[in-house]
Amino acid sequence: MSVEAAVSSDPRSAEIAQALRGSGRRHGSERVIEILLGACAVLSVATTIGIIIVLFEQALQFFRTIPVSDFLFGTKWTALFKDGEFGVIPLVAGTLYIAALAMVIAIPLGLMAAIFLSEYASPRLRSVLKPGLELLAGIPTIVYGYFALTFITPNVLKSISPATAPYNVLAGAIAVGVMVLPMIASLSEDALRAVPRSLREAAYGLGATKLEVSTRVVTPAALSGIVSAVILAISRAVGETMIVALATGSKAQLTADPREPMQAMTGYIVQVLSGDVARGSTVYYSLFAVGLLLFCMTLAMNILSQWFVARFREEYQ
Amino acid sequence: MSAEATQPGSVPFLSTSRQLRHRQIRGQVMRLLFLAATSVGILALVVLLWTVLDRGVPWLSWHLITNMPSRKPAEAGLNSALWGTIWVISLTAIIAFPIGVGAAIFLEEYAPKTRWTKALQVNISNLAGVPSVVYGLLGLGVFVQFMNLGRVVLAGALTMALLSLPVIIISSQEAIRAVPLSLRQAAYGVGATRWQVVRHHVLPAAFPGILTGTILAVSRAIGETAPVLVVGASAYIAHRPAGFLDGYTVLPMQIYGWTQRSQDEFKNGLAPAGIIVLLAVLLLMNSFAIILRQRLSKRSQL
Repeated sequence: MSVEAAVSSDPRSAEIAQALRGSGRRHGSERVIEILLGACAVLSVATTIGIIIVLFEQALQFFRTIPVSDFLFGTKWTALFKDGEFGVIPLVAGTLYIAALAMVIAIPLGLMAAIFLSEYASPRLRSVLKPGLELLAGIPTIVYGYFALTFITPNVLKSISPATAPYNVLAGAIAVGVMVLPMIASLSEDALRAVPRSLREAAYGLGATKLEVSTRVVTPAALSGIVSAVILAISRAVGETMIVALATGSKAQLTADPREPMQAMTGYIVQVLSGDVARGSTVYYSLFAVGLLLFCMTLAMNILSQWFVARFREEYQ
Repeated sequence: MSAEATQPGSVPFLSTSRQLRHRQIRGQVMRLLFLAATSVGILALVVLLWTVLDRGVPWLSWHLITNMPSRKPAEAGLNSALWGTIWVISLTAIIAFPIGVGAAIFLEEYAPKTRWTKALQVNISNLAGVPSVVYGLLGLGVFVQFMNLGRVVLAGALTMALLSLPVIIISSQEAIRAVPLSLRQAAYGVGATRWQVVRHHVLPAAFPGILTGTILAVSRAIGETAPVLVVGASAYIAHRPAGFLDGYTVLPMQIYGWTQRSQDEFKNGLAPAGIIVLLAVLLLMNSFAIILRQRLSKRSQL
């Protein structure tokens, strides 16, 4: 029996036939909507391409005056002086030094907090501690920057070591470390919680204490997630801008003393744009060269983090 | 019984009673250490908030909110920054919300699960990890320079919209994914088209989640300083934006400007007072998101 025949036996056949005839138009508008929605999604790719084109195009202008090798391997960054030199190593060193010190704080604390929240804390204690850490994660970075400059340096570091400079690496690193701590804690906790209960019970059954279960069974099982969380946190620390712009100073120098100022890559970008910079000058284009390097570094870390989860994830049934 | 099994240490968790006590004590000590590590974050939060409140509260007054910035600390206010934030963030939400939700719907409901879709997904999560200052440089290159908009509200809002998009897309996708499949199947079963299913069934069910995610993404944008600094928000501007194409400043920029002043009144008075206002705005947005979610999800259950 055909559709038409079935329809015609219905008292409202005219209405239904009308609706079926309209379905051609319905398909047309369906298609338009699908294309519109697809365009929204494609915009994300356009953004990525936009970032790459803009950074490359403007950085290329910079590399016309400064050779790539001088930029990448030069050890002197005096961009804002007359006849300044553009060797990016001091900026990269500043960025990595701050990130490394921040990780010295954030990795052990974050990991221990994750273990505590996932394995030890009672639901009640957890319901207090977890929102607290989430609150910490929600504080804007400008506030951390303010805190580092006007509290950590003068009130904490100066009282420990009076030789601390007003702008210094350590204050920035502490603030960045506190900032990424909740991120490490929460992502690692997710990884720990995803480890099946049966693994823990098996270890308890062999007579392990809670500590041994947590550190020798659960943590290794969640290691891929933890490592990926740490890589993401390093990437965040490298890209962090306002804390280092406010707290670690604008002196691009190579030093190992964390009480000394050091300029990070992001700090340089902010320093230049806080003042007046002539469009089209070498300094202006240098922003994009530094930005391009920063983008490549963080992108590499983000991809590494994803690869780590995909490659080393322990699958449990 | 073999000698091997009784030999303490050869089996991971087997030990004499003295060793056992040792292990238990170590467990207790480490438990306290873990708790202490967790508390460090909370302690940092308390110290940070205390410092800001202690310094900023005496400077809180009505004219902090109603006055324009000034060189005289007693008269300085952040009215222009507050309005700038309202302009930039409203525009950001208007731009980013439809595009973000549209992209999420496409990825969840329309896109075939091909390699291209997967690449798109990976691309979006990578975008979420790009430092905000790089988005600023993108805005500087495209909106300020190439489109020649200049240092205006629109350029700031477009930059912020690109920055918030990946977060909005990812949280909307999660909300859409949480809608049960049976709902879709029932709608398809009575002859609804794909868009009708999405429009009348999936979206209403996912809406509380989508809205919460968007508000959280937008409130993160409120606290962002670096991108607007790069696309040219001024640290000192003494009028409200008159439109999309007017100069502007935002709350974090105003705080940044005050923090950099050498006078103590700005650095340790107005800046923390500004931070309190900023945190109050964020708290307001977040509570709004929570209340909205609770009310909407209650209604959708009925």
